[in-house]
Amino acid sequence: MSALQPPAAAGPVPFLSRLHEWVATVDHKKLGTMYIVCGIIYLIVAGLEATMMRWQLAWSGMEVLTPAEFNRLFTMHGTTMVFFVGMPILLGSANYLVPLMIGARDLAFPRLNAFSFWLFFFGSLLLYFSYFGGQGLYGMGSAPDVGWFAYAPLTERTFSRGHSTDYWILGIFVAGIGSTATAVNFIATILGMRCRGMSLMKMPLLAWIMLVDCVLILVALPPLAAAQILLLFDRQLGAHFFDTQAGGSALLWQNLFWFFGHPEVYILILPGFAFVTEIIPVFSRKVIFGYPLMVAATVAIGFISVGVWVHHMFVVGLSPMLNAIFMGSTMLVGVPTGIKMFNWVATMIGGRIRFDTPMLYATGFLCQFLLGGLTGIFLATVPFDWQVSDSYFVVGHFHYVLFGGLVFAIFAAVYYWFPKVSGRMMNETLGKWQFWLLVIGFNITFGAMHVSGFLGMPRRVYTYHADRGWDFWNLLTSLGVIVQILGFSLFALNLVHSLFRGRKAGDDPWDAWTLEWSTTSPPPPHNFDEDPIVHSRRPLWDLKHPDDPDWKYE
Amino acid sequence: MTTAPAALAPPEALPQDGIVNGKIGIACMIISEIAFFGTLIAAYLFYIGRDINGPYPQDVLDVSIAPLKVLFNSIFLLISSVWIWLAIRSMRRGRMGAFVFWWALTVLCGAEFLVGTGFEWYGMIVDDGVWMGTNLFGSCFYTLVGFHAFHVTMGLLVLTLVLVLALLGHVTPRNVEKVDLVSWYWHFVDGIWIIVFFVVYIFGNMPVS
Repeated sequence: MSALQPPAAAGPVPFLSRLHEWVATVDHKKLGTMYIVCGIIYLIVAGLEATMMRWQLAWSGMEVLTPAEFNRLFTMHGTTMVFFVGMPILLGSANYLVPLMIGARDLAFPRLNAFSFWLFFFGSLLLYFSYFGGQGLYGMGSAPDVGWFAYAPLTERTFSRGHSTDYWILGIFVAGIGSTATAVNFIATILGMRCRGMSLMKMPLLAWIMLVDCVLILVALPPLAAAQILLLFDRQLGAHFFDTQAGGSALLWQNLFWFFGHPEVYILILPGFAFVTEIIPVFSRKVIFGYPLMVAATVAIGFISVGVWVHHMFVVGLSPMLNAIFMGSTMLVGVPTGIKMFNWVATMIGGRIRFDTPMLYATGFLCQFLLGGLTGIFLATVPFDWQVSDSYFVVGHFHYVLFGGLVFAIFAAVYYWFPKVSGRMMNETLGKWQFWLLVIGFNITFGAMHVSGFLGMPRRVYTYHADRGWDFWNLLTSLGVIVQILGFSLFALNLVHSLFRGRKAGDDPWDAWTLEWSTTSPPPPHNFDEDPIVHSRRPLWDLKHPDDPDWKYE
Repeated sequence: MTTAPAALAPPEALPQDGIVNGKIGIACMIISEIAFFGTLIAAYLFYIGRDINGPYPQDVLDVSIAPLKVLFNSIFLLISSVWIWLAIRSMRRGRMGAFVFWWALTVLCGAEFLVGTGFEWYGMIVDDGVWMGTNLFGSCFYTLVGFHAFHVTMGLLVLTLVLVLALLGHVTPRNVEKVDLVSWYWHFVDGIWIIVFFVVYIFGNMPVS
């Protein structure tokens, strides 16, 4: 055992030694933490970018930003949020939690895991370096300004001078290789490293959902990499893939990008599902309702999500038949998602619900994600989509899904697992204040966007005329941002305060049932002193209630 | 009915010899590679016949069996899959001499394919004047065939590394499962070439009516 204990420290560890320990680590917990910390830093950066845009749009005719600066901001905001906030936080939490939940020592390939993290890290720096290096030798351009989906032919050399688009390509390409490698790593881990007794159908649902998520990453990210390479060849080698004058097609980029892009939004939201699926049962004091159906619904979402991408292209003018097919497939996603929704609600019904902060966020997730899902069904309907496509209604819709849904689920997860990671509880009072500020601010901001969208306000305009009647709704949207900033500040305060002053958590503060709560908080480098043995889906329940174990009923 | 969990028979452990993870890992990597090549192939198919200026595939692609032309090279590449399979089989039977022989033959065949591709490209670039920027055919051809050749090159590097290690005596029959994973990748590179060949040299090369 002595080899497993850290050497007794004689005095404080010097800063450089600690830095080296983090930089050279292959430990899934340290890498997971670094992913999440990076994700939160980029969340602040991308949030500030959004704040500047809302300042500019708060009233008609404002001149806070130039049009060019505005274009860069919405591009960087979207790209950062998807690739450098969503992806690292989901990969980071999977990194931290999956090995603990399946009773493993680490991921299947720890060094590959570290490699993936550093690819993500330097990829993100590459994207932000464009603010300094985007001009290149042309002396033109700065950060990318082509939108997060970078439609051709805007991205061709003719229209995007300088190197901004090249940085966009390379940054995401490099990070994407890292994500793909991590997906390989997780699939091998989940299929090959589970502890004794943990058959697939006894696995925590978080591990199941992450498994499906990683399969999606595996089939969706390489097409993006390929499409980006085609674009890079267009820009650097003079190829003609998206050059309409030489017979190339802008439509191909749209198809390739959304073939990645739509699975990507499921890649982002599935971990959100995973968090609330673990949290709701614990705080309802009931087992999850319909475990096999949850698994089936997750797999179904995975399958359907690779066949819906054309719904992003309804206004392009494809054939009515094609539009109708993709309208149908898109609505089909509502079925498994609805199953999950009902399962979560059915888990809560009849439970002894404890509204601690994680559960508050999970409940907020349910309500707001439901609204985003419903507007999603609206948008899947071709005639409705023709009416509001590329308007603020769409912006409102996907923020309800990704902010009201995913970010709330992430906060639920942070409040739920912070005690495990740090050994200390987060402050409940601050957490509840933050929750209500965020709920109010979020709904003001993005609820109002639906209205300005209906009134015809297109997305990505840097300003608008006073006679459009959009001022009030935009002001409302921007005022909501202030409330949100208050909420986020409370979160930062809570995080720092709890890290140093928080109440000691103990191993299992929530009286939970999955394996990560059976080890110490924070877990030792080797995770478990003894390899866990599992007999049911709730191994900790079995340990705590030997007279009435779960395995009798499964 | 008060049986404690300890009374349960201890459940079966997963086979944790490490190689299972390796197999899953390589299989997943190959799936992601298929998604990658699938995209390039889709782009190629999409652009067949859309060129607005020549030279067209029909003018420059030579599918005769002549030495160093594509069909000739393809035979070398595809047959190398047989050699690598024989190499692994020899290793499983503990015959390291035979392993080195078949493995080296695999490397030679792969190298022939690369050299042949080089000559083909030289002819197309210098004699026919087709490069990336010439037309859509050029863009698609060099991207798809080039990425395949890049994968062959990577495979050859790993194959050569294993060969050198085997010659130095560091590869023993004990390592057969790991070496086998290299052959999985090589089979993938060969298999995807069959599809690329059909798309580029047969389907994309049909006489224009």
